[in-house]
Amino acid sequence: MSTDSWSPYILTFVTFAPLLGALLLVIFPRRDRDIRIFALAFSLLTFLLSLHLPVHFHRSQAEFQYEIDRSWISTPNIHYHMGMDGISLWLVVLTTFLTPLCVFISWKSVRDRVKEFFILLLILETALIGVFTSLDLFLFYFFWEATLIPMALLIGVFGHERKVYAAVKFFMYTMIASVFMLAAILWLYAHTGTFDFVAIRDQIARGALPSFPAAAQWLFLGFFLAFAVKVPLFPFHTWLPDAHVEAPTAGSVLLAGVLLKMGTYGMLRFNLGLFPEQARHNAGWIMTLALIGIIYGALVAMVQPNMKKLIAYSSISHLGFVVLGIFSFTQAGFNGAMFVMLAHGVSTGGLFMLTGILHERRHTYEISEFGGLAAPMPIYAASFLFIVLASLGLPLLNGFIGEFLVLSGAFQAKAVYGILAATGVIWSACYLLWMYQRVFYGKVTHPANQSLPDLLAFEKAAVWPCALAALVMGIAPILWLGAIDPAAQAALTPFTQVMGKVVGQ
Amino acid sequence: MTNLLLPAALFETIPQGVDYIRILPELLLSVFGIVVMVLDPLLEEEKSQKLIGFLALGGTVAALLATLYMAQSPGLAFSNMVKVDNFSVFFHFLIIGIAGVVILSSFEYMAVEKIRAGEYYALILFGAVGMALMSSAVELVLIFIALEISSISTYILTGFRRNEASSSEASLKYFLLGSFATAFFLYGVALMFGATGFTNIDQISRKLEAGPVVLLVYVAMALMLVGLGFKVAAAPFHIWTPDVYEGAPAPIVGFMSTAPKAAAFAVLLRVVFTINAPGRVGLLWLAAALSMTLGNVGALVQSNVKRLLAYSSIAHAGYLLMAFAMTDPANSTAGIAAAMFYTAAYAAMNVGAFAVVSHFGNAGERYVSLEDYAGLGRSSPMLAATLTIFLLSLMGIPMTGGFFAKFYVFSAAVKAHLIWLTLIGVINSAIGAYYYLRIIVVMYMRESRKQVPVTPIPFGLGAALAISLVATFYLGILPNRVLEYAQQSAPELLPVPLPAAYARTAQTQPAEALPQR
Repeated sequence: MSTDSWSPYILTFVTFAPLLGALLLVIFPRRDRDIRIFALAFSLLTFLLSLHLPVHFHRSQAEFQYEIDRSWISTPNIHYHMGMDGISLWLVVLTTFLTPLCVFISWKSVRDRVKEFFILLLILETALIGVFTSLDLFLFYFFWEATLIPMALLIGVFGHERKVYAAVKFFMYTMIASVFMLAAILWLYAHTGTFDFVAIRDQIARGALPSFPAAAQWLFLGFFLAFAVKVPLFPFHTWLPDAHVEAPTAGSVLLAGVLLKMGTYGMLRFNLGLFPEQARHNAGWIMTLALIGIIYGALVAMVQPNMKKLIAYSSISHLGFVVLGIFSFTQAGFNGAMFVMLAHGVSTGGLFMLTGILHERRHTYEISEFGGLAAPMPIYAASFLFIVLASLGLPLLNGFIGEFLVLSGAFQAKAVYGILAATGVIWSACYLLWMYQRVFYGKVTHPANQSLPDLLAFEKAAVWPCALAALVMGIAPILWLGAIDPAAQAALTPFTQVMGKVVGQ
Repeated sequence: MTNLLLPAALFETIPQGVDYIRILPELLLSVFGIVVMVLDPLLEEEKSQKLIGFLALGGTVAALLATLYMAQSPGLAFSNMVKVDNFSVFFHFLIIGIAGVVILSSFEYMAVEKIRAGEYYALILFGAVGMALMSSAVELVLIFIALEISSISTYILTGFRRNEASSSEASLKYFLLGSFATAFFLYGVALMFGATGFTNIDQISRKLEAGPVVLLVYVAMALMLVGLGFKVAAAPFHIWTPDVYEGAPAPIVGFMSTAPKAAAFAVLLRVVFTINAPGRVGLLWLAAALSMTLGNVGALVQSNVKRLLAYSSIAHAGYLLMAFAMTDPANSTAGIAAAMFYTAAYAAMNVGAFAVVSHFGNAGERYVSLEDYAGLGRSSPMLAATLTIFLLSLMGIPMTGGFFAKFYVFSAAVKAHLIWLTLIGVINSAIGAYYYLRIIVVMYMRESRKQVPVTPIPFGLGAALAISLVATFYLGILPNRVLEYAQQSAPELLPVPLPAAYARTAQTQPAEALPQR
């Protein structure tokens, strides 16, 4: 089959391959080992399928590619409309890249209800990919909500001590916020007669909606609230540390690696795509919140006694960069925001896996329980250091590129934003290195740590791909940015006049 | 209706063969009900349970086939008292289908609770007769009679756990309040007759379209809404619901929280949209907002699963009532279609949920508190997964019927510019997610503290659950056909523009002269 005849269906295959795996998993294997191999096979298959996407992606084009548009429900006019541009391309690949690693990291650590765990993991993967590929607002909402249940169950069933509390909190926070988005989507449908993202965007841009100006601000806020809680933007972030601390490792990896990006992706795609005018008007306070998030997240991370909580707060700080880059309305800011999303997915995913490995051995995340681990676990310590350096933005590793671009975008928008955000980079070096020092250097303080086994084979299989990706992304960011850039440019077109204004200030 | 006394008109009113076809499902249900009742004392009680059950089930299947047959000959019957159209066919299917599934899910319950089968099944069938008739009646007096038929059988069914004080209490409470509410409805009918001179919905509609609306019509409308509001358990007439649901046998709760409600909503749709009385919008807006909020907030603190689901059913009545607050025809069509879809989706998930509750409750319904469900995910994974799906549907999560039901209602409301009501609705559905989630959390994330026996799922219940599951998923993934059918039938309810529309049906009616007056 030629690639052209494939191309309308490839997104469907990629999206639903994990779901197929989950369904087969319900019936087929019985023994725990078979279940794991089966889940691994399907997640790897999805990853391989998804590699088709960047390989055959037309990098110079900003339009949606691999589009498929079929009528699903006639009234209301709901289409099965999927497509992909440079913004969603890498987020999908990130999802499919992280899922097999999640299977690896859960190989030994999930011993109870193995089948349910992997079924949920695969369903979650389908929902996540669906969020990034849907171009129909209804379909998007469908997948958006569909991510909630498997994630909440992963936290609530397979998590640690206060898992139920964390799961319910996660669920309620995101659920309550997203119903406002539903209301906004319904308003758009009632006035445009379609759920199609492209059609609605064009209608709004042409000014074909007479009642739009009066409602636009509320619609913008309806979408924004749903995304801001997901990101999470300060002050909607309180669910995140709880969810992370209680979640199983694989849950944390997908939560930080992909789930949070649903929020920033939504801002870029919908808040900016549909409501450029309102995005400009609201950029001031949103950027302020993002800055607060960057600094607040970093400062709180500094004083965390719990490793996982520390990384959770560092996520808040990093995602602040993303929001800052998006609402700077600059080319560099957009590219940077996209790149930080990917880099954060890889390196924070790696960090969560590494802390998970430690938890597996000692059943605690408290920093004070550790010390001097570099001696008993040298490979582990080296891997950890590598990911930490990537995360804090060392040049030649992935964190640096994105943060640099965002900062330059923020400087273009307003110098003070850039200056304040730049301190976030310093803070992140502080809290990460300080944590590293306390955990790995010095003498072994706790006798139980004396004989901890080093990385096992399947743990290496989970962590090292992250490290490799961090390195490649740092050395050759153009591989990624080549596809991102045209899409960022296209997303920026409605703001070209605006940019002049912001820069002129 | 003075013409009825005239010989010529009398001839017109003699029922023809086709008239009987148009109530064929009701006739068949009645016949099967009578056969079941007659057979019951003749057979040995222990052995006849299954036989009678299957006979009753056969009755519903026959009635479903009869509905298909009836759908071939739409039109009015019995002097314009009964109207067969897509709308009534839809509700016939729904109500009789619910009755069939409930009968299936009762097989085991009957054996465990040692209930005499004959009366029980016969009452379900008779109740279904009344409810089916409610959906096709266009004459307020006939609606009242049908309402009474359905109510009286549900009153008795509520009290079927004879050894339980709570069941008798529920029955009495339901009976007293219910008769009170039907009296309101009857009073409203009487006032409507006084104000317009008609009891036929279509004629009332035309009279109101033609002439000025007197104050009495408002009062009549309000009183009728009170009566029907009670039947659908909408706030502020919802107080009876938790107590009655708690006391009644669990399969019967599955029945009475869906079938009579669907029938009452059918009547409500006809009354509200066909009569199109002014001033109703405000009342229904308020009832919708109150029901959603009180239902959801009430459910938050419940520890008994039956009570929790009772409050949830109040909330769902609220979502459904949102679809009634439309005024102009284009929006009304969307509203009616959304409401019809909602009743179907709600029936599928609620019958299923109560089937699980009744199975799990065991003898004497001992295990109905939330704590009893702890660890169900481990002890009976299939049962837990099934209940989870129904709860997710009630919550309104994608892939399930409940999601589309809510979605259609909300989108109809937004289209009709009911932004505030929609906002109240979406916030409520977020609140609602919490208590459904609580059940799921308890099932999967808590270890059971006491030993709760879980018996294997018997055939009847399994079939009932399978049907409910399939319906829930079908409505959630391929809602198109049901929705399209609902949309086709929606315009039938709207008041027909005056000229020519009734030339065919209104030969014998004096109302022909109305426009000239």
